[in-house]
Amino acid sequence: MDLSAINPVLLIASLMVAATPLLLAAVGELVVERAGVLNLGVEGMMIVGAIGGFAVSVESGSPYLGLVAAMAAGAGLSLLFAFLTQFALANQVASGLALTLFGLGLSALMGQGYVGIKPPALGNIHIPVLSDLPVIGPILFGHDPVLYIGIALVAAVWAVLKYSRIGLVLRAVGENHEAAHALGYNVIRVRVLAIMFGGACAGLGGAYISLIRVPQWTEGMTAGIGWIALALVVFASWKPWRVLLGAYLFGGINVLQLNLQAAGIAIPVEYLAMSPYIITILVLVIMSADKSRAPASLGRIFHASQ
Amino acid sequence: MKLTKLLTSAALVAGLATSAMADKTKVGFVYVGPIGDGGWTHEHDKGRLAVEAEYGDKVETVYVESVPEGPDAERVMTDMALKGADIIFTTSFGYMDPTINVAKKFPKVKFEHATGYKQAANVSVYSARFYEGRAVQGHIAGQMTKSNTIGYIGSYPIPEVIRGINSAYIHAKEVNPDVQFKIVWAYTWFDPAKEADAAKVLIEQGADVILQHTDSTAPQAAAQAAGNVITFGQASDMSEYAPMPRVSSIIDDWAPYYIARVGAVMDGTWESVNTWDGIGAGMVGIGEISDAVPAEIKASALALKDKLADGSYHAFTGPVNKQDGSAWLADGETADDGTLAGMNFYVEGIDGDVPQ
Repeated sequence: MDLSAINPVLLIASLMVAATPLLLAAVGELVVERAGVLNLGVEGMMIVGAIGGFAVSVESGSPYLGLVAAMAAGAGLSLLFAFLTQFALANQVASGLALTLFGLGLSALMGQGYVGIKPPALGNIHIPVLSDLPVIGPILFGHDPVLYIGIALVAAVWAVLKYSRIGLVLRAVGENHEAAHALGYNVIRVRVLAIMFGGACAGLGGAYISLIRVPQWTEGMTAGIGWIALALVVFASWKPWRVLLGAYLFGGINVLQLNLQAAGIAIPVEYLAMSPYIITILVLVIMSADKSRAPASLGRIFHASQ
Repeated sequence: MKLTKLLTSAALVAGLATSAMADKTKVGFVYVGPIGDGGWTHEHDKGRLAVEAEYGDKVETVYVESVPEGPDAERVMTDMALKGADIIFTTSFGYMDPTINVAKKFPKVKFEHATGYKQAANVSVYSARFYEGRAVQGHIAGQMTKSNTIGYIGSYPIPEVIRGINSAYIHAKEVNPDVQFKIVWAYTWFDPAKEADAAKVLIEQGADVILQHTDSTAPQAAAQAAGNVITFGQASDMSEYAPMPRVSSIIDDWAPYYIARVGAVMDGTWESVNTWDGIGAGMVGIGEISDAVPAEIKASALALKDKLADGSYHAFTGPVNKQDGSAWLADGETADDGTLAGMNFYVEGIDGDVPQ
């Protein structure tokens, strides 16, 4: 066992990268669920975002255009879900599952010509002086821009939900859609916009995997991160900062356990491999012992006639 | 007259078509990953396409991809058998018990399970001696490493993977006594993000050679981003990453086996067999060694490959001790297939424990 082989600075820097796709998808889903909609299609939207962003950035040569395309792809797919659940009044669980299956199939089809191609690189930002600082530089100032967008998004979602009028309306729709409707708010419009926001976030998270974290296109490459994002929202009690904490815990322990394995620590590998799941759930469950609960209208179908 | 002729020929064609349909041999494949993984499943699917190309209209192939190793695999196989499959190839280690269970229920359907060890009257097992390819990898890796640290991404601690680690280690150690292996278990066959993380961790901890026993090309991309790190293609050539970081590869070639076995079903000569072929029989191929490898290392690696192919050298030749120092193979003794098939120990010199 040689713990000195683990470089804590690189560890923290890489855990932030590992956590970002999960963070993006989860914060998007959080907004959707706070509006009272349960969209189980996160995995499908992520993978379509992954290939959509990959394809556009390869064709255009611009990674930024790819990221925008990924958001558009995720939001576009989520519109299908919005149509099914908000206008056709279909069951949300079934529609969400169908969206995931559809997304996985569609992405495999779209990705046929993109296996083995390298995408244009999205460089890390480099701020003179700051990025060169020891320890703090690589951790705080040496990442790709999307990682900062992820953190900023959490702060923005938190502030909007807590302090703004839009956030209040969104929460009202999620807690009691009949009351919100009676007050004159357009429940369907709020929900469709929330679903699209969630889709865009999931798409961006997917593209983060295919353009930055891996970076390449392989079928099925999101490999269940969308599902983990769904679970994370629940365990984080629908609170943005807890989603951030959970995502960093999960990503962090995942990277840490790989580091410990490589350093040859004497903990059985099985325990290390399951540790990210267990520790994340434990911490968030303990934190959710306060009065937090699910949005009251979560998963319920709304029609103005009712 | 013309009309009658037309009708007769139409009837004839229809008759031919139906008889051809009845004669069609239906072949099922169960895959653990997507066919576009660029590795393991990709090669099995190439085997499936080769069967179609060989027999044309006489066969019909079906496949289901990304089937989890567990109860769901049983459902998929049962479904295939119920839909009239004559032979079903189940292409991952974790399908072993599901294959045996389903085979009991369908005694007339032939099953072929890859990389397992449980045989039955209607279940054959087949695998490739990947460890022969690992020997060549170890030989190259041991000489190419400058940090003397080789990173190894394992999937699950099963005999097939452990054999590969041991074989690579023995041959790396042979050419470089200071070499050290860092092993990370990913507990997945296919998860590009996780495989990339594992590769990055190993590189951060000083490895400049990455060997992988997982199915995607993500570790190749991670090595490329890191710069001076070399890798080997796994299961498929992964030549899109040549000449650097991918300097060579192990290629699984299932096509001849699949063609032979489907042919055996067609002419009624199929029987349960245990096939374990290596470089010699062509089931394991060594992908082109790129120019990133110095000529003399390339030459000695190819010489090693030839010795393995013609059987004059066995990848596990004594003296070899087990990790705890106890003797395993005496000088000149070679490992028997039984021990290799159930290998659950590291050889002497590897750090860490095999997860049990």
